Amino acid sequence: MSLPFSWCTRSAVRIPRAEGSSWQCTELGVTTGGFLEAGLEIIAFDELRTDFKSPIDQCNPVHARERLRNIERICFLLRKLVLPEYSIHSLFCIMFLCAQEWLTLGLNVPLLFYHFWRYFHCPADSSELAYDPPVVMNADTLSYCQKEAWCKLAFYLLSFFYYLYCMIYTLVSS
Amino acid sequence: MSAPAGSPHPAASTRIPPKLGGAAVSGAAAGPGPAPHQQNGPAQNQMQVPPGYGLHPQNYNVPSGYYSQGPGKTTSLPLDSQCGGYYSGVYTIPTQNVVTPNTANQQSGAQQIYGRGPPAPHIVGSTPGYFQGAASSSSHLHTSASQPYSSFVNHYNSPAMYSANSPAVSQGFPSTCGHYAVSTVSNAAYPSVSYPSLPAGDPYGQQMFTSQNASTIRPVRENSCSGQNTAVSHPSPLPPPPSQQYHQQLSLSGYSPLSWSASGLPSTQDNLIRNHTGSLATANNNPNAVAESSSCPVMQTVQPPESSPAVSTVVSGASSARAPPTANHLVEPVASVTQQPSELLQQKGMQYGDYVNNQASSAPTPLSSTSDDEEEEEDEEAGVDSSSTTSSASPMPNSYDALEGGSYPDMLSSSASSPAPDPAPESDPAPAPVPAVPQPSKMAKPFGYGYPTLQPGYQNAAAPLSSGVQPSSPVYSGFQPYAQYPGMSQLSSSLGGLSLQSSAQPESLRPVNLTQERNILPMTPVWAPVPNLNLDLKKLNCSPDSFRCTLTNIPQSQVLLNKAKLPLGLLLHPFRDLTQLPVITSNTIVRCRSCRTYINPFVSFIDQRRWKCNLCYRVNDVPEEFMYNPLTRSYGEPHKRPEVQNSTVEFIASSDYMLRPPQPAVYLFVLDVSHNAVEAGYLTILCQSLSENLDKLPGDSRTRIGFVTFDSTIHFYNLQEGLSQPQMLIVSDIDDVFLPTPDSLLVNLYESKELIKDLLNALPNMFINTRETHSALGPALQAAFKLMSPTGGRVSVFQTQLPSLGAGLLQSREDPNQRSSTKVVQHLGPATDFYKKLALDCSGQQTAVDLFLLSSQYSDLASLACMSKYSAGCVYYYPSFHYTHNPSQAEKLQKDLKRYLTRKIGFEAVMRIRCTKGLSMHTFHGNFFVRSTDLLSLANINPDAGFAVQLSIEESLTDTSLVCFQTALLYTSSKGERRIRVHTLCLPVVSSLADVYAGVDVQAAICLLANMAVDRSVSSSLSDARDALVNAVVDSLSAYGSTVSNLQHSALIAPTSLKLFPLYVLALLKQKAFRTGTSTRLDDRVYAMCQIKCQPLVHLMKMIHPNLYRIDRLTDEGAIHVNDRVVPQPPLQKLSAEKLTREGAFLMDCGSAFYIWVGKSCDNNFIEDVLGYPNFASIPQKMAHLPELDTLSSERARSFITWLRDSRPLSPILHVVKDESPAKTEFFQHLIEDRTEAAFSYYEFLLHIQQQICK
Repeated sequence: MSLPFSWCTRSAVRIPRAEGSSWQCTELGVTTGGFLEAGLEIIAFDELRTDFKSPIDQCNPVHARERLRNIERICFLLRKLVLPEYSIHSLFCIMFLCAQEWLTLGLNVPLLFYHFWRYFHCPADSSELAYDPPVVMNADTLSYCQKEAWCKLAFYLLSFFYYLYCMIYTLVSS
Repeated sequence: MSAPAGSPHPAASTRIPPKLGGAAVSGAAAGPGPAPHQQNGPAQNQMQVPPGYGLHPQNYNVPSGYYSQGPGKTTSLPLDSQCGGYYSGVYTIPTQNVVTPNTANQQSGAQQIYGRGPPAPHIVGSTPGYFQGAASSSSHLHTSASQPYSSFVNHYNSPAMYSANSPAVSQGFPSTCGHYAVSTVSNAAYPSVSYPSLPAGDPYGQQMFTSQNASTIRPVRENSCSGQNTAVSHPSPLPPPPSQQYHQQLSLSGYSPLSWSASGLPSTQDNLIRNHTGSLATANNNPNAVAESSSCPVMQTVQPPESSPAVSTVVSGASSARAPPTANHLVEPVASVTQQPSELLQQKGMQYGDYVNNQASSAPTPLSSTSDDEEEEEDEEAGVDSSSTTSSASPMPNSYDALEGGSYPDMLSSSASSPAPDPAPESDPAPAPVPAVPQPSKMAKPFGYGYPTLQPGYQNAAAPLSSGVQPSSPVYSGFQPYAQYPGMSQLSSSLGGLSLQSSAQPESLRPVNLTQERNILPMTPVWAPVPNLNLDLKKLNCSPDSFRCTLTNIPQSQVLLNKAKLPLGLLLHPFRDLTQLPVITSNTIVRCRSCRTYINPFVSFIDQRRWKCNLCYRVNDVPEEFMYNPLTRSYGEPHKRPEVQNSTVEFIASSDYMLRPPQPAVYLFVLDVSHNAVEAGYLTILCQSLSENLDKLPGDSRTRIGFVTFDSTIHFYNLQEGLSQPQMLIVSDIDDVFLPTPDSLLVNLYESKELIKDLLNALPNMFINTRETHSALGPALQAAFKLMSPTGGRVSVFQTQLPSLGAGLLQSREDPNQRSSTKVVQHLGPATDFYKKLALDCSGQQTAVDLFLLSSQYSDLASLACMSKYSAGCVYYYPSFHYTHNPSQAEKLQKDLKRYLTRKIGFEAVMRIRCTKGLSMHTFHGNFFVRSTDLLSLANINPDAGFAVQLSIEESLTDTSLVCFQTALLYTSSKGERRIRVHTLCLPVVSSLADVYAGVDVQAAICLLANMAVDRSVSSSLSDARDALVNAVVDSLSAYGSTVSNLQHSALIAPTSLKLFPLYVLALLKQKAFRTGTSTRLDDRVYAMCQIKCQPLVHLMKMIHPNLYRIDRLTDEGAIHVNDRVVPQPPLQKLSAEKLTREGAFLMDCGSAFYIWVGKSCDNNFIEDVLGYPNFASIPQKMAHLPELDTLSSERARSFITWLRDSRPLSPILHVVKDESPAKTEFFQHLIEDRTEAAFSYYEFLLHIQQQICK
C-alpha cells in the first residue's frame, strides 16, 4: 500500500533532463503522483463501501473483526495520503509561481484553495484529518469523498496530458 | 401451564365433530338451558351467512369470510380436529394459539376463564378471529358452553347484528343505519348508568340490572334491526344477564365482536372479509380494545367486583382508543411489557394480558410452538420482561401506552382525522378512532363529551364520502360517523384509505396562527400520526413505538423534500421489550435473493409461487417450505404465513447464520475502589444489588462472570471453583497490563456461585481504609479487554473520578467560570482517542462497555463516554453521588442497577436497515460502530437503546406509491440462540408539498433534530447547533408559509401537524445539552447529549419537553385502571409559571426526575393527606418519597406516580420542591415557556422566528 507514496515522491524528485522542459517534467511526475493517489483513494473508498451481502459473512463475529481492522487500515492509509497529496500539490503551485506559469497556476489555484479549506475546516476536536473509523462509514461522506476523488483523478489526468503536451511542445520548440 | 387449560379444550375437541352440524353439537354440549339460545344464534347466523357456515356462529363474521374465501369452511373444521390432535396434551386450545391460551389458563383455572359466560364469548370470538379461526369455532363453543349460555346468545346476537349489517350494508344502507341507530340509542341510555359505576369498581352487572330498561330496550331494537337476532336474545333463559352482557357488549365489548373480526382480519386478507372489516373492524383493530372488552364481560360474570379494576368503563373507552394501534395488532401490547418487571404481573393483570396476547398474538405463536413456550417460561422465571413469544403480559399495556405517548390513540385519532393531539385522551380517544371505524366501543364511553366536539369535523370529512352511499346518515346527527362508516366499510379498502386521507389532511393541515394560539399544548399526550395507508396496510404496519419516521408521507423526490425543509429520518427502538412477538422457527428464512430483504407483509405475491420484493422489486421464488402454513396447517397459502401477517417478527436463525457457536453471556465488572469511590459508597449498593439479582442475570448455564477492581493498581479475582475463598491477584504494572491467570478470572456463574457471593459480601469492606486516590482506568480497561476478547460480552465499568494514571489519563478541562458562558462551550469532544480506540477494539471482539459514572467532580465524560459510544454500550451518570449525603441518587442507582442487571440482552448483534430502492440512509445516531453504510455493529443490544437514521432520497420515487423500511437485528440471545428480529415499516409516497406537511411527525422530527444538533455541536460548535435548530423552525415554517400564499403573511402560520414544532425546538434550546447562559456543568451537558443520542423516542421526548400535571385535585374522572389500581389522568399543563398557582401542587415528569412543586398556600388537606405533614411550613426541604397514607388523595397521587414510573426503564427520582426552597430553580428551569435571563419565552421565540422569516 505504501508503494504509491514512495512512487509519487520519487517521481516528484526526478531531475529534468531537458532544460526548457524542466518544469513540465517535474509537473508531469508530480501529477502522476497525484493521479495515482487519487486512484488509490478511489480504490480505498470503494473498498470501504463494499460489504459482503452474504448474511453468513456479515453476521459472523470473525468477519466483524476483520471488517473493523479493514476499516481502520483504510482510514489510516487515507489519513496518511492526505498530507503528502496536499503538500505536493501546494509545492507544485509554488513552483508554477516561481516559473511564472500563470495559466497553469491559474488552473491549479482553485484546487489549492480547496485543499486548504479541506485541511483547516475539518472537525474541530479531532486532531486527525477526517477519516475517523467510527464516522467514516457514512454514506453521505463516503459518496462525497468518492466523488471528490474521481474529480481529482480527472483533474490530474487532464493536467497530466496538458503538461505532457507542454513538455513536448517545449522540447520541440527548443 | 397446560394442565388447567387442557381440560376444557380437549373436551371440546373430542366433543365437537368437526364438520357438520356444529351448531347442533354445540348446543347439546352446552346443556339444556342455554342450548336453545346458541342454536338460535348460529341459526340466525346461518341465515345470513353462507349455508356452509353453519358451524361457525356469528362471531366469526370475519373469520367466516375468511373461511369462505379460503379453502373453505370444511377445511377449517377438520383443522380443528387436527390441531387438537396435534397439540393434544399440551395445548388445549385447538388452534394456533398454542402459547397464549396456555398462559391464560395458567392464571385462572381454565374453566373459569372460559367458563364465564361473557368471557367465553370473547374468547370465542377472539380466538377464532385471532387464530384465523380454523380451529375453533366449535371448540370455543364448547368451552363457553360449560357456563352460562345466555351470555353467549347475547354475544352472538351482537355479532350477528354486525354480520347482518354487513350484508345489509353492502346492499342497502337503511338496515345499517337502523342497526347503528339502535346501538346509539342504547348507548345513550347506558352512559348514565354503567359508566359512573365503573370507576368505582362496582360490578357492571349490578348497575346493568338497575338499568334494565336500557337493556330491555336494546334487545328490542336489535330485533327491529335484525329480526333474527332479537328472536334469539329474548328466548334466553337468563334475561338479566343477557341484558347486561348486552350492555357491555354494546357499550364496551359489544363491539368487541368486531374487534375479533378485525383481529382475525389481519390474517385474512381476503377481499370479502375486508368489506366487513372495513366497516366493522376498523375500530376494533386494537388488540387492547379487544382485550378490554373481553375482560370486562368476563369480569362481570365471574367476578363482578374485581372485574372493574381490570377494565373500567371509562377506561375502556379511553384505553381502547389509545390501545388500538390500528396497524399493529401484534406489537401493540408489547410496548407496555418492557416497563413491567415481573412483579407487576398480578393475576388479574395476567388474565387481562392474556387476553390481549391472545388476541394480538394469534397466528404467529403456533410456529414457535414448544421451544417458544419453554422460553417464555424461562423468561418469566427470570423475572425479566417477557421474551418475545408471549406474554407475560401485564394488564398495564394500555396505561403505558397512554403514558409513553404510545401513539396508539393517535393512530386512531389520526386515522380518523386529526393526527394531532386533539382528542382528549379520556373522552376523545374512542371517538377519534371512530372515524376510521364505526366503533361500538365508543358508544360505551362513559362520558360523552368527546363526541360533540369531534363529530363536526368528522361529519365534514366523512359525510361527503359516505353521503353518496348512505342516505340515512343525516338522521343521526350525533352518531353520524357511525352510520356513515358502515357505508365506508362497504367501500373497498382502498377507498376507505382515500376517505381517511380526505378527512385527515384537512385537520393536520389546518393552519394555526401560532402567535394567536395561546394554548398550543394539547391537554393529552401527543401521539404519533398514522401513515396514510389503506386499512389493510395500516393494520399490518409496524408499531410506532419501534419504528417511526419523521415524515409519515414520504416526499417523492429530494427536490420536494428540500422544499419542505424538514428532516427526513427514522427513529428506531428495535429491541424494545415486547409482550407479544411472533417467533418463527423454520429451516429457510425467506429473503430476497438480491437485496436480502426478509419477507414481510408488504411484499406482493405475483402468484402462488413467486413474490416480489418490496425494496428492490426483484421477483423471487417462494420456497417449498413456505407454501405450508403451520398456523392453519394448510398448504398453498404463502400469504397467510405469520411472516407475511406481521410487521414485527422474530426468526430463530438456522446454523447458517453462525460460523462460531453463539457466545455465552459473559459479564465483567470493572470497579473503581480508590479512596474517592469508597468514600462515595457505591460498592455497597452494587454488591447488594448484584447478589440479589445474581440469579436473574440473563443467561444460560454457560453464563460467566468476573470482577476486576482498580485504583492505582489492578486487582483480579480468582474465583475458580474449588477455592475456599476468592483470591485477589494484584497487578501493579499498569504500563503493560497482563492477566495473572488467564482462565480462572471469568468463571461460570453457577459453578462458582458461592465464591462470587463471598466476594460480593467482602468487596464493600475490603478497601475501606484505602488511601489510594489515583485511578488507573485505562489500564483496567485494557485488562478487561484482554479478559473479554476470547468470548465477547458485557463490561460494566464503575468510575468515580478522572482517570489519573496510565494510558488514557485525563486532565480536567472544565473551567467553572465558563459554565454559564453564552458564547463558546468547549470540550464537548473527547480529549484523547484512547477510549475510542479501545471501544473499537472491544467492538471488534464483540464486547460492549457500559459506563456508570458516579462522580461529584468533573470527570470528563466527553472522553469517557467514547468507550460506550463506539462499543454499543450505555452510559449512566450520577452526579454528586453519595450513598448517605445524596440518598435519592443512591436509590436511583439501586433501581437502575436492578433494571440493568435483569433486562434482556442480546450479544454480538448486527443491525441492518434497508429501504426501498431510491432512498438511502446516511448518518446514524446511537451507540454502535458503523461497519458498513447500512450495517451497524452492536456488541450488545439492550432494550433501552434507541437509534436514529437520516435518510436522503437519491432517486425519484415517482413510480412507486409505497416505500418500506426494514430493520433486521441479528443477535445472540442470552440463551445462546441466534435470533433475528425484523421490523418493517411501510409509508406512502406523496407528490405534493401539502401532503408532506400533513404527515409530519413532530416528535420524531424533534428527536432527529436533537441528534443532529448533538453531532453538530461536537463537530462544530454549540452555537452552530443552536442556530441550526432555530433555522430548522424558520425554514420549515417559511417554506410552509410560501405554500399557503393566500394567508396573511404577517402572522406566523404553521400546519396543525407542525404546531408544536417551535415549542419543542425552544424546549431543546433550553435543554441541558444545548442551553447557554444558564450554569451547566460540562459533564451534565455531555450526559444530556449522550442521552439524546441513545434514548428511544418516548423517553427522549420527556427529557426535551417534560409533562406538567396538577396533582392536588386529582379526580377519578377519566381515570384508567391498571392492576387493580385506579390511575387518575390529570390533563397536561403547559410549562409555564402562569399555570402554577400557590394554592396548588404540581407534578413535573422530566423523564429522569419527578418534581412535585408545592405552592405556598397549598391546601392543607393535600399536604396532610398526601405529603403527610400538617402544614406547608413543616414540609422538609429534601423529600424524596411520598408516604403511604391511607387517604384517597394519597392513594391517587401515589398510583399516578407509580404508573408514570412504571412506564420507563430507569426509575426517576422524586423531588418534593417547596415554593420557597432553593431547589425550586431546578423545577423552574424546566418551565420552558417562560422567559429566563438568558433565553426567550415561548412568545418571544415565536416573534423571533417571525422576524427571521420576514427577513
